Amino acid sequence: MTREFPISPAPHIRPVTSVPAVMRTVLVALLPAIAAYVWSFGPGLIMNMVVAALSAYAAESLVLRIRGHDAWRTLSDGSALVTAVLIAFALPPLLPWWVPAIAAVAAIVLGKQLFGGLGYNLFNPAMVGYVIVLLSFPSEMIQWLAPRGAAGDWTHLTLLEHLSYAASGRLPDALTIDGVTQATPLDLVRLGLANMQTVQEIHVGPLFGAYGGTGWQLTTTATALGGALLLVRRVISWHIPLAVCAGVVLPAILFYLIDTSRFPGPGHHLFNGATLLCAFFIATDPVTAAASKRGRLYYGAGIGALTYAIRTWGGYADGVAFAVLLMNTAVPLIDRATRPRIYGRV
Amino acid sequence: MTELALIVVATALVNNFVLVQFLGLCPFLGASRRVEGAVGMGLATGLVLTIASALSYIVDRLILIPLDLAYLQIVAFILVIGGAVQLTELMLRASAPMLHRMLGLYIPLIASNCAVLGVALLNSRQSASFIEAVFFGAGAALGFTLVLVLLSGLRERIDETNVPAPFRGVPITLLLAGLMSLAFYGFNGFARL
Repeated sequence: MTREFPISPAPHIRPVTSVPAVMRTVLVALLPAIAAYVWSFGPGLIMNMVVAALSAYAAESLVLRIRGHDAWRTLSDGSALVTAVLIAFALPPLLPWWVPAIAAVAAIVLGKQLFGGLGYNLFNPAMVGYVIVLLSFPSEMIQWLAPRGAAGDWTHLTLLEHLSYAASGRLPDALTIDGVTQATPLDLVRLGLANMQTVQEIHVGPLFGAYGGTGWQLTTTATALGGALLLVRRVISWHIPLAVCAGVVLPAILFYLIDTSRFPGPGHHLFNGATLLCAFFIATDPVTAAASKRGRLYYGAGIGALTYAIRTWGGYADGVAFAVLLMNTAVPLIDRATRPRIYGRV
Repeated sequence: MTELALIVVATALVNNFVLVQFLGLCPFLGASRRVEGAVGMGLATGLVLTIASALSYIVDRLILIPLDLAYLQIVAFILVIGGAVQLTELMLRASAPMLHRMLGLYIPLIASNCAVLGVALLNSRQSASFIEAVFFGAGAALGFTLVLVLLSGLRERIDETNVPAPFRGVPITLLLAGLMSLAFYGFNGFARL
């Protein structure tokens, strides 16, 4: 006899939080940032996203087929798409196609699938892919198209020229890549300080806006807006974003007060580079972050502080990716130290 | 003072002996299965590293160089390291018998840890004073212990049942070590203040 009304134990009203639903929300929350980025730096982002997403899906389905797993179930959860989109966001906007492709394949295979797939990876896949191409293609990775409004900005290139560069890594003869690219604000400040200029001398010029770099302040503000959506929808909790921002801003304020000519202020660090993207979208990856609330505060603060340290004293203009990977290695120990005590247990 | 702090940061993080110079990989892979064992192994190796780099510096500057016997460096340093390991083993057996039993064979193996000999040899080339040599050894010890404990934490976390079969065991550990090495690239350029 079949029961027409199956009875199951409580809860009967469940929140709809499945992996695909969460990934969809994350992608929707990234839309304002995508729009601002394309407005500021051109359509290269979309091209990088398409290449990265196709490569990520190809790599994932290949690995799943070799392992004899049900490929469709994993592919349809959207996590590979989120990884690909985050990689495209971290990369410069105009790149030959093989750079985003290698980053995405490395992220999916080395960062995720070899550990057993989503949920078992110890390092943030997108940051693994990004760091691998950063170390493999150092000169391509500092070529940022000049933002809208700066001299020789991306609007000087047609869509066809964008596409032909992405396909071949070459521009038409009349143009050189140096003519259409600009150092990022983080790069400029780093180089300027190394040449004994003061922050105030560096900060003049069309590449610096009211609080972040031109183009950057719009993109990063839009990123924070999307992050606020994730907070409202309770996809992420406030602990990691707050801790990452505090980890960057507090040392920035401290050193800014010590010497305003040698250390740029907190606005520079918050609204340039990937600080806010990391705070809301990268560090909040639930798989690779610490588990407890207290652990997440330590984890986020560590990422923020390491980012500030690498930008200020290290060899790279932006330290977000390294900071995330370094704190990923520390997560098991953070979890050990912050494991909640069971009440009454001796 | 800042000079000495820089030496420690440079040897512990920037030129980490395991992740950047790839020395001392066998205890790195062999003794990183459990966090407790890794802490003990790290401390024991760290003690040996610091003692051995101090002693080998003295032997180098007071005996080998005045007598023009620098070509005996490797032999002499191995002797010094062997003595330091023996000392550490005796101390551990007396003070922490549990740890001694847990580390077992790995303690004598510290003597063949190439990081220890590497530190002693680099020391005779780089360090300008005895204090610098001691801090160089201490920085190397700190860096070794740090990455050993970090790797052991990650290894405890890996659920081997989900790792593809050909990658279980040593391969996935080597992949972890490689990814940690990537992360440590972030310290590139530090300590040139």
